[in-house]
Amino acid sequence: MSAASTDEPYLKVRDLEVEFTTEDGKLKAVDRVSYDVHKGKTLAIVGESGSGKSVSSLAVMGLLNRKTTAITGEVWLDGEELVAATDDRVRQLRGQKMSMIFQDPLSSLHPFYKIGKQLVEAVQVHQQVDKKAARARAKEMLERVGIPDAEKRLDTYPHELSGGMRQRVMIAMALVNDPEMIIADEPTTALDVTVQAQIIELLRDLQADFGTAIVLITHDLGVVADMADDVLVMYGGRCVEQADNRELFYRPQMPYTWGLLSSVPRTDINLERLEPIAGNPPSLLSLPKGCVFRPRCTYHDQVPDGLCDTTRPDLTESEPGHMARCHMTTEQRLEIMRDRFGDRSLL
Amino acid sequence: MSEIEEQGAAARPSDAEPSAEGYATSVIDRSGDPLLKVTGLKKHFPITKGVILRRQVGAVKAVDGLDLQVWPGETIGLVGESGCGKSTAGRAMTKLLEPTAGQIVFDGRDISDLSKKQLVPLRKQMQMIFQDPYSSLNPRHTVGTIVGAPFQVQGVKPPGGVKAAVQDIMARVGLNPEHYNRYPNEFSGGQRQRIGIARAVALQPKLIVCDEPVSALDVSVQAQVINLLEDIQDEFGIAYVFVAHDLSVVRHISDRVVVMYLGKVMEIASRDELYSRPLHPYTHALLSAVPIPDPDLEDARERIILQGDLPSPSNPPSGCVFRTRCFKAQDICATEVPALTTRPDGHGVACHFPEVRLVGAAAGPAPDVPTGQEFAEG
Repeated sequence: MSAASTDEPYLKVRDLEVEFTTEDGKLKAVDRVSYDVHKGKTLAIVGESGSGKSVSSLAVMGLLNRKTTAITGEVWLDGEELVAATDDRVRQLRGQKMSMIFQDPLSSLHPFYKIGKQLVEAVQVHQQVDKKAARARAKEMLERVGIPDAEKRLDTYPHELSGGMRQRVMIAMALVNDPEMIIADEPTTALDVTVQAQIIELLRDLQADFGTAIVLITHDLGVVADMADDVLVMYGGRCVEQADNRELFYRPQMPYTWGLLSSVPRTDINLERLEPIAGNPPSLLSLPKGCVFRPRCTYHDQVPDGLCDTTRPDLTESEPGHMARCHMTTEQRLEIMRDRFGDRSLL
Repeated sequence: MSEIEEQGAAARPSDAEPSAEGYATSVIDRSGDPLLKVTGLKKHFPITKGVILRRQVGAVKAVDGLDLQVWPGETIGLVGESGCGKSTAGRAMTKLLEPTAGQIVFDGRDISDLSKKQLVPLRKQMQMIFQDPYSSLNPRHTVGTIVGAPFQVQGVKPPGGVKAAVQDIMARVGLNPEHYNRYPNEFSGGQRQRIGIARAVALQPKLIVCDEPVSALDVSVQAQVINLLEDIQDEFGIAYVFVAHDLSVVRHISDRVVVMYLGKVMEIASRDELYSRPLHPYTHALLSAVPIPDPDLEDARERIILQGDLPSPSNPPSGCVFRTRCFKAQDICATEVPALTTRPDGHGVACHFPEVRLVGAAAGPAPDVPTGQEFAEG
């Protein structure tokens, strides 16, 4: 997909499936999702609530309870398969080679312990160092993420910090053992725009310095355009479109992606009227029989034989490096896309 | 140039100009009296110490001197980061919170000193839509009861009965009228927000304060609700005070926009002025911080990264409240509070060093724009 795709991706996910057993029956939260993330690159996973974007990442991190969750497929991290690996092995790798930043730093940091203690613990779990060295490492990390007065901050509790500072602490904790891959789950959603800008800048700097592979989970298309190299759009637990950043924004090829792009207001231009997607995201318990997006799609009459109602479309390569899940032919989709987005598709 | 500007401005004070794309936001007639006129609005929350001998040791100045006029059918966007006082301002101007100081004239009547009881009949005219569609609806009441409540409270008896009226409104906001007897938990987030909107428009008020009405919703659903709010405004001529942190939503829906920071108004202008020719460094920074869903524009976007966080509102900086994070701050900013100076066209800014910064489309072929220098002198 990207220029660096000749060498082996750092994270390789193949046909990942996650199934929960609930009172109301089996619920497939993630259905055959595959992607690659290379070192120094960012993959954005976009989707609405219930699209499976967070669950798929928790599965990669080994943070789902395997007793109640059926996880199948393959997750290769730096050449090592994780789905079949033992919990202990995954725990070892988590923090060391891969790490996660959560949306809400207040509920992800322990409220009882000073942040210094929490950071030191994170270091000592993975590195054989004494407390003093671990504390020095913690301080260094806080400085690296732009927290002023790092030495003093080590002795504060999470509630004493502002939202932006807490998010920085989260990032520091995620990076304290130099992981080579980070999953950031809506890392800026709870933050104000000016602080969001700081955090994005920070992630970008860290990536440039350490060559970190980043999986960025977000619903904000602006953040995607800003940070991503590749984009994966999820809907109803499935990947519905996958392409590199510019391809996705300038030559989108799936009705759901069109809907997303037409429904966001912008700060740089006046839009006459938003074109929302009708209806609501589907319930994973009662997915439509045919295409999952069919009930909200306005183009199903373009497909003969009511195929959209009866058959789930496959994820197919419509153009080199560009995958989409839709029954329409590539020509049909390109025409609609040009019609709807006009100049935007002219690269 | 400035003559033309002033003439135009005199004829249509603080009007939104038709934008370059050749359509205008619904033209607001501002020749008459404003629907809502707020002067020197303040809301300070006391900070107390001690349990038995409670004494006030300070105050959080959530809103510290807001002047605002809202004309019928107009949408005013109130934007700013969390803690800037935008929500408090929205509530204080409708007296949902008792203001500490200031005058509020609603529909030609001074309501500043009215008691809660005296305000009840006026509530017919001003309503509120809340952010969280989960906590703002009583889970034990049916949709019918919730949307019918305004009729009960106000003693309004619509011809044809309350139920028919409620079902009418439900259909209008895109809910199935047959769901009259359902409970909020049976609806999705977007549908719940429609219930909240139905309740607010039930009595066809003149003003609705919308407090972050779409920020809890998914992108695709958010657009549905925004369009609904616009349609209802067109149909009933309701004025909105739209409180939100999302600058793109505010651009989309507002005629005029107020930018707040730590309880103070930093800048106020028509939508197009504010987004294409902002004057205040805080507005510059805010706008530059929002990523645009377009990779090429993103590459070209000039970013102003503000340092640090919002200072504590209980202990705001001296002088200009924004100076601690301002990239233009000088000595004078620490000592003198910049006054909000308003140009004849209604573009107001509270800054010692205002300067036009062209953003987005305006950064291309520029129309006649007064420079910061001219502005400062004029």
